[in-house]
Amino acid sequence: MDLTPHLPALQVIVPMLSSPLILLLKPRGLAWAGAAAVALFSFAIALNMALAVARGNEFYYEMGGWQAPYGIALSVDGFSALVLLIITGAAAAALLAARPSVDQQIEAERQPLFYSAFLLALAGLTGIAVSADAFNIFVFMEISSLASYVLIAGGPDRRALPAVFKYLTMGTIGATFYLIGVGMVYMMTGTLNLADMEARIGDVTDINPILVAAGFITIGLALKAAVFPLHVWLPNAYAQAPHIVTVFLAACATKVAIYVLIRFDYFVFQANLENHALQFSTFLAPLALFGILVASAVAMFEGHIKRLLAMSSVAQIGYIILGASFVTTAGLTASAAHLFNHALAKGGLFLAITGLAYHYRDLRLDQLAGAARTMPWTAAAIVVCGLSLVGIPGTAGFISKWLLINAAIDNGDMAWLLIAIVLLSSLMALAYVYRIIDTLYFKPAVVAQAPGEAPMQLLLVIGIVAVANIVFGLFPSFPLALSSSAAELLLRHTL
Amino acid sequence: MNLFELLGIFNYWVFAIVLTVGLYTVIAKTNLVKKLIGLSIFQSAVFLMYITMDKVEGGTAPIIQKGVENQVFSNPLPQVLILTAIVVGVSTLALGLAIVVRIYETYDTIEENEILDAD
Repeated sequence: MDLTPHLPALQVIVPMLSSPLILLLKPRGLAWAGAAAVALFSFAIALNMALAVARGNEFYYEMGGWQAPYGIALSVDGFSALVLLIITGAAAAALLAARPSVDQQIEAERQPLFYSAFLLALAGLTGIAVSADAFNIFVFMEISSLASYVLIAGGPDRRALPAVFKYLTMGTIGATFYLIGVGMVYMMTGTLNLADMEARIGDVTDINPILVAAGFITIGLALKAAVFPLHVWLPNAYAQAPHIVTVFLAACATKVAIYVLIRFDYFVFQANLENHALQFSTFLAPLALFGILVASAVAMFEGHIKRLLAMSSVAQIGYIILGASFVTTAGLTASAAHLFNHALAKGGLFLAITGLAYHYRDLRLDQLAGAARTMPWTAAAIVVCGLSLVGIPGTAGFISKWLLINAAIDNGDMAWLLIAIVLLSSLMALAYVYRIIDTLYFKPAVVAQAPGEAPMQLLLVIGIVAVANIVFGLFPSFPLALSSSAAELLLRHTL
Repeated sequence: MNLFELLGIFNYWVFAIVLTVGLYTVIAKTNLVKKLIGLSIFQSAVFLMYITMDKVEGGTAPIIQKGVENQVFSNPLPQVLILTAIVVGVSTLALGLAIVVRIYETYDTIEENEILDAD
């Protein structure tokens, strides 16, 4: 029996069904092994689909054989294949490296619960990426959000609790806004299938509810995606979460919301609403630019290394939104590529921080001084991923920044301002990354130095991700192929 | 817009008012439990919107009966959707309350400003 056509469904079902089974694996280590195996398997499925999509075979799957728009359809094209690759890759890397860090931070009897919630978050996020149905996306969004609230609150630090409460209220408001928007579109078109919605909005005579819906959906998803100034939940939630959870969420949670935002706005509204492109870009581009500047500036003066990197995430989200707001193929390609490259860089950085945190309890920057002397490999990985974050040539981050600047040049009158801001913020990124490097390598130690490197298991994964940052900087053709096919797909009715 | 039209969309007025009341409560209150109550009200407003849109005048439950033809049905789909959304809302509320309990255990208060002062 050939399972290939069923891959989109398996992508969600495998982590979802294994999640309750993991609960039963009480003996220490077994739950971890099970979860890591499931994440690796999901990654294999995503890779398989991405390779097929890159060859031009897109997936379309009708759940239970019920035809769309009556049944629920799943679809995997270039864009969703790229996002699936990010999600499952981040989950696999985080879970493979998880064991030493989780043993430190989560009590043994709660570990099966932790891994179970982790797999639920994975199932929810992959579910969002494969769904072609607006309401299905809402349900999966809430599955992943609820699971990630649990994961963040699982940390040993009590400050995680207020942080997660804020995330819960803001995340729920965002999801409810999205639900209102979907309801309004449904009211006018009578369908929830994204492709069907697009086809039917053209026949709607009173366009006002659709405009209101576009507003609700954009704001709701911007809240979920932590677009500046709706990002206030993010820094504390990322900083207080268990380290391995930060790795996973920083690499993909907000990116999936951006994915839905871009997909909804381009698939459903772009070709149907007059001046939608103009409204979309005049609303989001200034937010993206302010986000890039303000968040980079805050990151330069932040004293806690995880909060620093979380603020930098807000700035990077700005880049992604900025590329999307150009409404050109080049801009969207840059956006999609930056989704991938930023996940690599930030995931790698947070993994390396997990390594540091194995020996250093206090992650304020001044406490970490001189850590490179006893943890040279971890520090080297921070340098590599940090340079990729800045966008130094030869690293993955350079590719997408280069594409973004090229796309900005094509953008006409605003081009020089945009390029100036991107370059300025890259300098700021250099400043805060250099602060980390300076502290790790050149400052005299203030607390007792780490007795040695991070555990081998963790170090190995950190190494793989750091090397991937360089590999995808030198040979970017595979993610770029997916990105540009995504961009063409999103603009197929516009150009 | 005359009075008749205004009253005709009475349910949507209630939806808008309940929605803003809920959102205001989430933003303005500092007590975490009150915030969660606001969040619940906010979500209930959306349930009302979905339920309103599915009602067809004179429509009954969509069950096919022998001997009855040309029956008008209300649209069942929004009700199904909102059942799912209610479940989501309940789980969010449950999780939120669980977090508030843990906050109370560790901070001895559920006032937002006191929690901020404590750290």
